[in-house]
Amino acid sequence: MEKSHRLILVYLSLMFALVLAVVPLPAIVKLFRPDWPLLVLFYWALALPFRVSIGTAFVTGFLLDVLVGTVLGVNALAYSVIIYFCSAHHLKIRNFSILQQSLVIALFLAFYHYFIFWLSHFLTGVVFTMAYLWPVVTGAAVWPWIFWLLRRIRRQFKIH
Amino acid sequence: MKPIFERGPSLPIRLFFAVLCSVGLMTLDRFTDSSTQLRSYLTATVSPLYYLANLPQAMMSDASEQFMSHQRLLEQNQKLRETLLRQNTQMQRLQFLQQENDKLRSLLGSVPVAESKRLVAEVLAVYSHPFSNQIVINKGSNDGVVAQQPLIDDLGVLGQIVSVGPTSSRALLISDTTHAISMRVERNGDHVVAEGLGQADEVRLMHIPHSADIQQGDKLITSGLDGVFPEGYPVAEVVRISRNAQQPFLQVYARPYAQLDRIRYVLLVWPKAKPEIDEKIAPPDAEAAAVAGDF
Repeated sequence: MEKSHRLILVYLSLMFALVLAVVPLPAIVKLFRPDWPLLVLFYWALALPFRVSIGTAFVTGFLLDVLVGTVLGVNALAYSVIIYFCSAHHLKIRNFSILQQSLVIALFLAFYHYFIFWLSHFLTGVVFTMAYLWPVVTGAAVWPWIFWLLRRIRRQFKIH
Repeated sequence: MKPIFERGPSLPIRLFFAVLCSVGLMTLDRFTDSSTQLRSYLTATVSPLYYLANLPQAMMSDASEQFMSHQRLLEQNQKLRETLLRQNTQMQRLQFLQQENDKLRSLLGSVPVAESKRLVAEVLAVYSHPFSNQIVINKGSNDGVVAQQPLIDDLGVLGQIVSVGPTSSRALLISDTTHAISMRVERNGDHVVAEGLGQADEVRLMHIPHSADIQQGDKLITSGLDGVFPEGYPVAEVVRISRNAQQPFLQVYARPYAQLDRIRYVLLVWPKAKPEIDEKIAPPDAEAAAVAGDF
């Protein structure tokens, strides 16, 4: 009972990240918006690999699909695949320094964006420009702060 | 204590199920029509999140109104009064012209263009992904919004509604890669179709032959032929034409009049279809007109 009570914080943080993903922003800033839900998922998948993994990733991705209006299942699939790799290597990634982690996260994010582009290209036919990759840079840049913030939350409320 | 025996199925098996589910969803959503209803339920379910996401902006604009100085309010009021006066004067003339136009149209035996219902809606969320340009507005089926309804603002056409929930609905902008709109060149009446490119400031005109009479600065207005947008609203202005004889068609780009990347308020337009009015004004051709109106 107690444990499930604490896990609610994990879902609340994911919910908050989803809200951040749809907050209206000016057009110039919008291009640089990091993928908040994916970054938060990364943290929980690394910290609690037996509580948060592919199932949670699938549901979060599906909710993002509904919120942003992509073809249903695109983000769900991309999130599941990426969190699979993240979970499978969580012991390695955990031992990296924070900068190395940022690089790995950037790699994952680049893969995510490429994957989404490829699926959208197949489903609706879109063209690629380098500007789509800005969130990879900003995502890697905010990762240390997300890591720090979520670790504080995890330790404060003893979620495990 | 780690629950070592409660780990459930292994990762590859979970991935397999996730992939299966999402591929199923994608097929359902993309290649069948059954998902429209599902989507409107889902939109309704998540709409509190939109309201939550809109909260900071709403609070900011409220606060800025609260702290606006008395002087500025007076200035603004004065300016608005002037605008209202100017526009009311124009309205008088417009009403006269409208009547005259209706009379002339009935003489010609064609359907008069009736006034349609309008409603102002506020933008709740803007989908930022470059692949798709959509917005979510704060009016839904409770306010009578229906799918495929046109959306305009004071500058020009914005897009159309694609899915409707009870209190919010989602609209596709004309700049979306999956959107196309039928238009007319105002100068000579040539019909053109514009497709979105995923960029807020540019749409591309499709299949324009090299011999077409189209120039930079041409104004494009809706033709009403697509059965979605009412006739005569400004859409875009031709900004770039590249005449490359090796291409099968002219490459023509136009810039939408509406500022699609900074929409705040939109106007919903209800397409009117009132055959009983048509009968009153043009009895002999009412049937033919009604049939023509279907297209």
